[in-house]
Amino acid sequence: MTEQASGAHHPQPRARTSGGSQQPAVEHVTGAQSLIRSLEEVGADTVFGIPGGAILPAYDPMMDSSKVRHVLVRHEQGAGHAATGYAQATGKVGVCMATSGPGATNLVTPIADAHMDSVPLVAITGQVASKAIGTDAFQEADICGITMPITKHNFLVTDPAEIPRTIAEAFHIAATGRPGPVLVDIAKDALQARTTFAWPPHTDLPGYRPVTKPHAKQIREAARLIAEAKRPVLYVGGGVLKSGATAELKVLAELTGAPVTTTLMALGAFPDSHPQHVGMPGMHGAVTAVTALQKSDLLITLGARFDDRVTGKLDSFAPYAKVVHADIDPAEIGKNRAADVPIVGDAREVIADLIVAVQAEHDAGQLGEAARTGYAAWWKDLNRWRDTYPLGYDLPDDGSLSPQQVIERIGKLAPADTIYAAGVGQHQMWAAHFIDYEKPSTWLNSGGAGTMGYAVPAAMGAKAGQPDRTVWAIDGDGCFQMTNQELVTCALNNIPIKVAVINNGALGMVRQWQTLFYNQRYSNTVLHSGPESNGLVTAGKASGGTRVPDFVKLSEAMGCVAMRCEDPAELDAVIAKANAINDRPVVIDFIVHEDAQVWPMVAAGTSNDEVMAARGVRPDFGDNEDD
Amino acid sequence: MSKHTLSVLVENTPGILARIAALFSRRGFNIDSLAVGVTEHPDISRITIVVSVESLPLEQVTKQLNKLVNVLKIVELEPGAAIQRELVLVKVRADNETRSQIVEIVQLFRAKTVDVSPEAVTIEATGSSDKLEAMLKMLEPFGIKELVQSGTIAIGRGARSITDRSLRALDRSA
Repeated sequence: MTEQASGAHHPQPRARTSGGSQQPAVEHVTGAQSLIRSLEEVGADTVFGIPGGAILPAYDPMMDSSKVRHVLVRHEQGAGHAATGYAQATGKVGVCMATSGPGATNLVTPIADAHMDSVPLVAITGQVASKAIGTDAFQEADICGITMPITKHNFLVTDPAEIPRTIAEAFHIAATGRPGPVLVDIAKDALQARTTFAWPPHTDLPGYRPVTKPHAKQIREAARLIAEAKRPVLYVGGGVLKSGATAELKVLAELTGAPVTTTLMALGAFPDSHPQHVGMPGMHGAVTAVTALQKSDLLITLGARFDDRVTGKLDSFAPYAKVVHADIDPAEIGKNRAADVPIVGDAREVIADLIVAVQAEHDAGQLGEAARTGYAAWWKDLNRWRDTYPLGYDLPDDGSLSPQQVIERIGKLAPADTIYAAGVGQHQMWAAHFIDYEKPSTWLNSGGAGTMGYAVPAAMGAKAGQPDRTVWAIDGDGCFQMTNQELVTCALNNIPIKVAVINNGALGMVRQWQTLFYNQRYSNTVLHSGPESNGLVTAGKASGGTRVPDFVKLSEAMGCVAMRCEDPAELDAVIAKANAINDRPVVIDFIVHEDAQVWPMVAAGTSNDEVMAARGVRPDFGDNEDD
Repeated sequence: MSKHTLSVLVENTPGILARIAALFSRRGFNIDSLAVGVTEHPDISRITIVVSVESLPLEQVTKQLNKLVNVLKIVELEPGAAIQRELVLVKVRADNETRSQIVEIVQLFRAKTVDVSPEAVTIEATGSSDKLEAMLKMLEPFGIKELVQSGTIAIGRGARSITDRSLRALDRSA
């Protein structure tokens, strides 16, 4: 590779004059005050963070702000996930703050997480003084360089006059188009220097113009395909939740009569209880949803991205289907699966336009025979699969707690509008299956990145943003040990979340793979084995182990009410007790059977045609008569 | 795999070259050649990237490039409809016997001799990569002591300018 860089780099961003024709009032402030004033103006009411050397100037005016609440977390990763949980629960931009160097690098995981799940997030980090940048100064890290591939955009600010404009642009970029994380790195001397503050600043983003309005011709083409399809499926992703298009989706679904499948990122976008909902697709999806996609002749893909966890082996995914693919990010269209009708636009506008176009097909009497009958033949198949292969689980023979039952009962006993935040692993999949999601922003999880440790801090952020709603974190004992320190933050800041630790004493999902694919050799997945135990666990037994750590004592030490539940007979009473406590965080240590597995399952790298309803049970789709 | 030439207009901000280069490597693409310089508008730089890739992944990388906030516009310049040039400076071993033969090759390729010493001749040549490759092949037998090549730069034929609209957008927002 040859490279010529003559004149490409100016040492500083070019000077931009702030202020438009009507000159707003100018305040004389420090850079730090300008930052806090900017956060107030942009409507950031909650910031999760930890101070440190380089960001310290910002924390002084923060103390005086009556509009910005700062929640002092115990680890920057917690701040990042809390900001994500806040954003997912409120629809607003989540904000986290950290100092330079290790403070900033501790934000890397939650930023990557938010990037994968398209969560609007602004991370503000302190940077060493501008003269020291590049000298390996104390607590220096090139956080802009580090986060370049995991942010939607990032800024390094060395001129205090640039602070209001940068904050305004950061929030605009984070929240619009395909949402995502934006990092603003501010040099310490820029925070300390005197500057002026005026709002609104003049923003300047000539290269950033997300397309939200779909192309009318493509919409008509999509409606045409819907009218002619015999086995259509509405494949709904997280974009539908982010654009607030759930009401429109319900209208479109009922107008077309097509089955709806909501991905892990889209649970709550379409009511689980709706008769047209066929479940979640993918590796651990419902048999009906997985099979509906495989047998479909038309995927109406709305704000979804053909992720490998949904498609399985890509070249055998939905082999008979034409694809209508609507997404606000043009780069998603055709990335994994070629689209017959590509539609770039905001999901809400796309669906609203589709409703009109499909209605026009109805009015013109141009429906194909299948559509005219409400896809009766298609529903006959779908209903047969749904009746034959419902989601379910077996209760353990030894009378111990079943993790699925615990999660199902939490879902049944929780008040309406409860928000659930899951970690990553078996408990996440069970929470996706066995809790009913009827409304948007009731299900928060780490979908794309699969970040263990997400649940507790995300639940904290959700509760801080929605203090009147009940927030349950459904966590595993592995995940819980990664980020449980944020329970201290919850206890001290009146953020009374509830945590269900689904404690099977193991890294359950990895253990499941070892059971299925590594000859039951449980290498380093047993969390609670001590020096006496040889790491081998007797199968078919409730998890005993060492009880190190004792989650009840641990949680009590962090200011929570803590309970342990091992007996199915006590299950409902313990959950009810937790639901009744609203002045402190509550943690329940549910000791569950360790051999419970997540089913259905499509083994990694195989075709979705190979979905297994349960271990050793491949559904009979009557393939010969189907096609 | 076929070669494609992309002209990328970018805001002249720090780190933009790193953002673009990192995007190519992150998405698994190899850059054959890259050249950067300011345009007639001091706030806009133009990056010419030559990449060997099939058309489908090219579409993907173009879309990903377009998502970079500082990228204003991307145009693929088709070889037939564009002028492409590279610059080489090459130091060739020469003595009294071979010097005149070398100068003859230089003239043949309409290159220039820019420095002469008793043991070597330094040649400056511009042209398409094919032409330069051919010239270097001719010079090779004499002994190439040192070679430096620029990235390809390219511009479309005809009166139309790819910067016009981007500049207007920038003016509007300025």
